[in-house]
Amino acid sequence: MLTVDIKKKLCDFTLNISFTVENKTLVLFGPSGCGKTTILRCIAGLLTPDEGLILSNGQTFYCSQSTTDLPPRKRNVSYMFQDFALFPHMNVKHNIWYGVKTHNQQANQLYEKLIALLKIEHLPHRSIHQLSGGEKQRVAMARALMAEPQILLLDEPLSALDTQSRYELQDELKKLQQIWNIPFILVTHSPEEARALGSEVLFLHQGQQMPPSWNINE
Amino acid sequence: MVEWQPVILSLKVASISVVFVFFLGVLSAYIMRSINIPGKIALESLFTLPLVLPPVVIGFLLLVLIGKQGPVGIFLKNYFDTQIIFTPAAAVLAGIVVSFPLMYQSTKAAFESIDKTLEDAARTLGASEWRVFWTVTIPLSWPGLVSGLVLSFARTLGEFGATIMIAGNIPGKTQTIPLAIYFATESNDLVTAGMYVIIISVVTFSIIFGLNQWKGRKC
Repeated sequence: MLTVDIKKKLCDFTLNISFTVENKTLVLFGPSGCGKTTILRCIAGLLTPDEGLILSNGQTFYCSQSTTDLPPRKRNVSYMFQDFALFPHMNVKHNIWYGVKTHNQQANQLYEKLIALLKIEHLPHRSIHQLSGGEKQRVAMARALMAEPQILLLDEPLSALDTQSRYELQDELKKLQQIWNIPFILVTHSPEEARALGSEVLFLHQGQQMPPSWNINE
Repeated sequence: MVEWQPVILSLKVASISVVFVFFLGVLSAYIMRSINIPGKIALESLFTLPLVLPPVVIGFLLLVLIGKQGPVGIFLKNYFDTQIIFTPAAAVLAGIVVSFPLMYQSTKAAFESIDKTLEDAARTLGASEWRVFWTVTIPLSWPGLVSGLVLSFARTLGEFGATIMIAGNIPGKTQTIPLAIYFATESNDLVTAGMYVIIISVVTFSIIFGLNQWKGRKC
């Protein structure tokens, strides 16, 4: 379970957000520039909130009162970036294995399972430049899950894809969440995606949480 | 009459200098990128100063520092019973100081060109800052680092002003190619000077040509 209760002053407004998420998919939905990505970066430890608390399964990631601020590497939170951030100087296999702490039989089994689930068995030795948008998305997903995270953050994971790939990957994301059974926190400004993927949807406007009925149909 | 000693010494001095310049340039560019301290701009300007100051001025400042009466000179004499003034080590020092800004600027530009998201991705995958540096930052900035190395090597090879101030022109000991050219010309030995000019031109052209070819292949 993840608990987030943070404040952070941004250029045009103050982000003030409080939520708890169980092992399901929470969608952060709102227009561009409303603070969605900032929330993900704070959870990952790439940004420090001004005050508040971030707790995951009893572990304090951030607490302004006790001045705790765990570095990203100690949080065990995988982050799938909007442009996937695959390392261009490594091939697909090296990218996927980057976050693995111990190379053992269990990791090998997880690798085989992931590449089968994501249908990328034919890609391991390809260079990143040779991949299509959909393939990059799948490889980024495999890399994120291969690190065995306790939370997965996804920043507009489907925005760079064509409609066909988007529908396919929406289904796969749902399936993966059910198999891994960890909190997936997904950012989108697409109402369709929010409806299709979110077990819960958190509506944001200028850093503030809005009532649930607020503009998902706009 | 062309002696090979200045050629060999020049290559040795340039090779040793670039080893130091590489580590100093990468380290300072990385630190300057990671920290945000008051006076950072002044420090950066200081790092770039040897690029714009006349080499003779740098030579003079180094002479004040490492000369027999200079603070570094006295320290070396008292604690290590040695001196580097008018030795090949002084030529190496001159090479390091004059070529450092080239390595620093190339490294800084290379670091700035890296997509920060890639380093963040590595951090969220559990990598320490050390691992991020070696597995993401350095491989992605490698072309810029190689450019800096090659330019630094070529700059050290052609160094004259600072070298003559602190290493002097001792044939067989501290005489590098530029010094040999100057003193051969001064003695009206234009054939020897011309031969050295051809040698240094071929060496530096080959280095720059090699670099451009390597870059061309990478694109």
